[in-house]
Amino acid sequence: MEYFLKLFLSGTAKGSIYALIALGYTMVYGIIQLINFAHGEIYMIGGFTALILGGFFFSNSMPVWLVLLFSVLLSIIYASAFGYTIEKIAYRPLRGKPRLSALISAIGVSIVLQNFVLLAQTEKFMPFPSYLPEFSWLQPYKEYINSTQLIILGVTAIIMVFLTLLIKFTRIGKAMRATAQDMHMAQLVGVDVNQVISVTFIIGSSLAAIGGVLICSYMGQINYYIGFVAGIKAFVAAVLGGIGSIPGAVLGSFILGWTESLGTGYISSDYEDAFAFVILIVILLIKPDGILGRTQRQKV
Amino acid sequence: MKSRSLLADIGKSFLIAIWFMVLLFPLMVMKVNVSKGVAQVQFRWNMLPLVGIAAFVLSLLWRFALEWNEKRGNDSRAGGPLAKLKALTSQYLGIAVVRKGALFILLAFALAYPFLFGMYHTNVMITAFIYIILALGLNIVVGLGGLLNLGYAAFFGVGAYTYGLLWKYVGHSFIAAGIDPGWLFWISLPLAGIIATLFGILLSLPVLRLRGDYLAIITLAFGEIFRMVMQNSGDITGGATGISLIPRPWLFNIKLTPQKAATYIYFIAIVLVLITIFVVRRIEDSKVGRALEAMREDEIACQAMGINLVRNKLITFALGAFWAGIAGVVMAAQTTYINPDSFTLWESIIILMAVVIGGTGSIPGAIGGAILLKLLPEYFRALAQYRMLIYGIAMILVIIFKPDGLIPRKRKQYTFKEKELAK
Repeated sequence: MEYFLKLFLSGTAKGSIYALIALGYTMVYGIIQLINFAHGEIYMIGGFTALILGGFFFSNSMPVWLVLLFSVLLSIIYASAFGYTIEKIAYRPLRGKPRLSALISAIGVSIVLQNFVLLAQTEKFMPFPSYLPEFSWLQPYKEYINSTQLIILGVTAIIMVFLTLLIKFTRIGKAMRATAQDMHMAQLVGVDVNQVISVTFIIGSSLAAIGGVLICSYMGQINYYIGFVAGIKAFVAAVLGGIGSIPGAVLGSFILGWTESLGTGYISSDYEDAFAFVILIVILLIKPDGILGRTQRQKV
Repeated sequence: MKSRSLLADIGKSFLIAIWFMVLLFPLMVMKVNVSKGVAQVQFRWNMLPLVGIAAFVLSLLWRFALEWNEKRGNDSRAGGPLAKLKALTSQYLGIAVVRKGALFILLAFALAYPFLFGMYHTNVMITAFIYIILALGLNIVVGLGGLLNLGYAAFFGVGAYTYGLLWKYVGHSFIAAGIDPGWLFWISLPLAGIIATLFGILLSLPVLRLRGDYLAIITLAFGEIFRMVMQNSGDITGGATGISLIPRPWLFNIKLTPQKAATYIYFIAIVLVLITIFVVRRIEDSKVGRALEAMREDEIACQAMGINLVRNKLITFALGAFWAGIAGVVMAAQTTYINPDSFTLWESIIILMAVVIGGTGSIPGAIGGAILLKLLPEYFRALAQYRMLIYGIAMILVIIFKPDGLIPRKRKQYTFKEKELAK
């Protein structure tokens, strides 16, 4: 039972990590029906920016909490700028074209960003310093959960609530829902669709950057390739929960996290990455729209 | 069209240049090094003006290209020198004698190639041929059926592992019985095709209900699962170390030097490429091919016309997988060594790039794309580290500016001739 609890908690931590990335995926998909393959790369760039700027601030002997604040804020700004730029260059010219075009373009962007970071920085794994605080009251339970995990869990919960409120109650949230439902109709009633999509990308990218900083602190290392696997897994999580749905993305991420950690604990650790894909296939077989997704009928 | 002044354009590009200088500052100008666990940051100030100038020039070019693209879309007759050249070539290729002559010269050159150039170049060419088969196979799935398959390398792997495992488990009994193990190549060639086809059907079963991007992601999942299974079942497949010393194909019990063997495999590959081209062309013009094209254009309309979608998707995946299986066997025979690293997601994506850059749905496009993507990096070794970056950029540019690819597919047309009307 204790073993199970341990696995369950580590699965929860993993799930909240996936959730941070999956939220961005699901937002973009909900609005323009595009699997933004580059989302994982934005997450990686967020992590890298924090590493570089944090290293710079730290070597200029800034206090740790200021380093953390500045590097997180700046990496959020940079990642959103990347997301905004990518959308403008690679996705906007393809709007209204067949959906596969944008998907292929997204794969291209993902390759470009990976190799750009590889060439401009390094191909090696870099150690990622942890600027996150340690809670002393958590010491007795550190076998089960450490403070980084707890912070990630907390941040995920806050972001989920924030996003839900944003989409439900604000003006831009309303515009987002309208655009997601029917882009042309939204345009006709005066929604600036381009602006809505840009904002969506900016929000999604800043979530990815937060995820990048937190997850890299948790893992303790970073390289140019981390975004891809994490991105794919987060996408799997988003599909599990029903893509386009925000609670769905979080639920799917937790299910994925639990499956992975219970699977590696009880079955075999060789297939850690395979569990995600197996569960994806199973879910798509049973309920192609995901757990919380609404069934969409195709119409002519 | 809005009238715009050059000055406004330059001003805009100037702003974009500043935007990119700020955007790329941490990644391009700063470089992080870790020594003794402490991150040290270097500044490369010389990168900053470079980024600015590049962004300025590229943004100008980008806007002109977008505008030009729009204009071309509005006025399809617009012809620059490039369009004229294209019209001229297609006009001449329309003449049967010229076309046959050109094909003959090409074929003669291809046949003489291994004797004209060394073993290295022959091997490079074999790889290119393998990719042509792969691109043509994927072209059936992506181009004809409109189903994005991101796990295509798995079928390639199925083919290669069919040969490899056959050699590993049956090879010694062949040697014991005094039969040349090279026979296994000829046995695995059809066998790999069949097994890969079965895998294709197996994969398409769960995806039959899915649409566009879900399909892409599930094929990706399938490809990764295949690789992981090959990697982790070490007792059976040799795990990460793979299978080595795979025999070369049998040829009348003649002992071949590596040089001769390469030439031999070269000819096998060329024959397979020709067969593939022939069959794929036939498929395109068959009832099944037309049904697949209809499915690509509109699934619902297609169903309304009485086309069985489920059956067609099965056929698409099966047909695509078959060629990947065949290509896998040739690849295993050429390199005599296989391991799971040859069948990663990136392999699938490079094959997809060949199809997209060449021209989705176009047979000459797939061939051209495969040759381009496999030969260029061999002859531009200096740019090797930029290879994937360039491929990625090329893929984005092609999909935005030339969505039909470099050699677009020709739409089937029927034009009435006066003579026929008179009859």
